[in-house]
Amino acid sequence: MIEIDEITKIYQGQRAVDAVSTTIETGTIACIVGTSGSGKTTLLRMINRLVEPTSGEVRLNGEATSAMPPHLLRRRIGYAIQGHGLFPHHTVARNIGAVPRLLGWPKAKIAERVDELLDLFGMEPSQFRARYPAALSGGQQQRVGVARALASRPDLLLMDEPFGALDPIIRARAQEDLRRIQRQLGSTILLVTHDMEEAIRLGDKVCVMDGGKLVQDAAPTRIVADPASRFVAEMVGDAERPLRLLSLIPLSDLLEPGEAPGDPLDEGANLRDALSACLWTGREAVPVSRDGAPVGRVTLEAIRAAALRHGATDDAPVPA
Amino acid sequence: MRRRGLLRLIPALLLVALVVWPQAFAPLFAPFAPEGGPVIYTRTSLLSLSLSHLGLVALASLAATLIAVTAAVLVTRPAGAAFRPLSRSVVNIGQTFPPVAVLALAVPVLGFGAGPTLVALFLYGLLPIFENAMTGLSTLPPSVMEAARGIGMTRWRRLWVVELPLALPVILAGVRLSVVIALGTATIGSTVAARTLGEVIIAGLLTNNTAFVLQGGVIVGLFAVLIYDGLTLLERRLSPDRKAG
Ligand SMILES: Nc1ncnc2c1ncn2[C@@H]1O[C@H](COP(=O)(O)OP(=O)(O)OP(=O)(O)O)[C@@H](O)[C@H]1O
Ligand SMILES: [Mg+2]
Repeated sequence: MIEIDEITKIYQGQRAVDAVSTTIETGTIACIVGTSGSGKTTLLRMINRLVEPTSGEVRLNGEATSAMPPHLLRRRIGYAIQGHGLFPHHTVARNIGAVPRLLGWPKAKIAERVDELLDLFGMEPSQFRARYPAALSGGQQQRVGVARALASRPDLLLMDEPFGALDPIIRARAQEDLRRIQRQLGSTILLVTHDMEEAIRLGDKVCVMDGGKLVQDAAPTRIVADPASRFVAEMVGDAERPLRLLSLIPLSDLLEPGEAPGDPLDEGANLRDALSACLWTGREAVPVSRDGAPVGRVTLEAIRAAALRHGATDDAPVPA
Repeated sequence: MRRRGLLRLIPALLLVALVVWPQAFAPLFAPFAPEGGPVIYTRTSLLSLSLSHLGLVALASLAATLIAVTAAVLVTRPAGAAFRPLSRSVVNIGQTFPPVAVLALAVPVLGFGAGPTLVALFLYGLLPIFENAMTGLSTLPPSVMEAARGIGMTRWRRLWVVELPLALPVILAGVRLSVVIALGTATIGSTVAARTLGEVIIAGLLTNNTAFVLQGGVIVGLFAVLIYDGLTLLERRLSPDRKAG
């Protein structure tokens, strides 16, 4: 568990981060979203002490980070820097193995781990291992940067816009990979992004920052359905809110017995997928399947009701 | 590529022949020798003069590299930043002293021989290396430095594993410049009895024997060209961009 306690950073009288407090449970992903210059990177860098806070404290599992030698603290925390920061004079393998080497792992174990990570990110080890960063595409460099952060299987990962340079398709895949890896390993991740869509998709919790302050800190559904301020509502995108909300609700929530025509959707899909399918093919309901076998249907009527339920609670004016 | 290799081989062979077997070139130099005078310098073996010349240059450059790089490392640390302007002016002064003046000042202290020449070459070699090392160490990509800190490297490790290797090509360019300057400057060491190829040139000047001057000049020139070329190759081999290709 990470406890961030009234942490503040003042640069030349300006509060880059202003008394931020929050708690991130072990094994969850927290996404920090905000406009450029809102203090996201500074907040992240105070956790591994690349920036020393002006005041306040960070505790990892109850232990204050200020009590640990910074370089040892940092070896425990995976860090994927904004803009990858790969060592240009080291091969991909050596870049990924940097932290395990610092920790004194045996060579064979490092090599094995490097190949495992390259595989995980869809980069053929025999082809990429010996390359230098300059011979990679921007997206590949970024994936190697994330692989380097994951290499020593740290319990805590800090990621600063790790998917910024990826095209939408690779980006979605990388997000899924990250989510899968995180579930597998049970790691705790703090991820900075300026993309609300990404934050909602990945986060167990979304922290919205504005001008150094933490303005809302809640589960994605809550951020979308019940933004704490005008600013948060704008970040979510007013017009898109209903769709964003539907994308957070799995089909299994509205599953009802019965049949429907057309191609089935998997139970793991969300209401937004189902709505699209209905609109696009002029259907009133879509069949739902689990492992390929039909289990029921979701109707347009039910989707509309679900949206209305959330929309109605939202009728109260958003606080300014 | 093969043609480039050949182009390098010709001056190298020429140099070896000039140094080891100078007599063979007598017909070539004869027109420049005075009537009835000697054509080829034979007072000392050219090979031993060359080795001594190169030895002096190597020793002085090595010392200059060690001192200049160490100084550049120190003044690029946060704690040493205050000394940056001071160290710069000290090194600049070393450069503005004419080498002849350094020799003249050093002889009373160190006596005749190799000593004063080494001092002059050393002082002269500092500036290019120091300037380049400082540039190299202070213009590293910030995101790489941040990553090095962020993954938990200690200061020492960052210096050894990241900063120096990344700055190496720039530092080597300074070393190259400094070595080539030293190769030329070393010739005047002969005026204070250091054993260098300058001996041949000065003998030629004293006896009005252009053949000697040419011999000494061509040998020093060829050494400079070949060493410059060799160091350029080394530099390219060590630069990360090249590895990428
Ligand atoms: N070393 C520094 N010295 C002075 N001011 C700084 C320093 N680092 C950051 N700041 C200021 O602090 C504020 C927050 O910066 P920060 O890098 O945390 O923003 P960010 O939310 O990560 O922005 P982006 O999305 O553009 O990366 C900015 O106004 C920035 O100018
Ligand atoms: Mg940032």
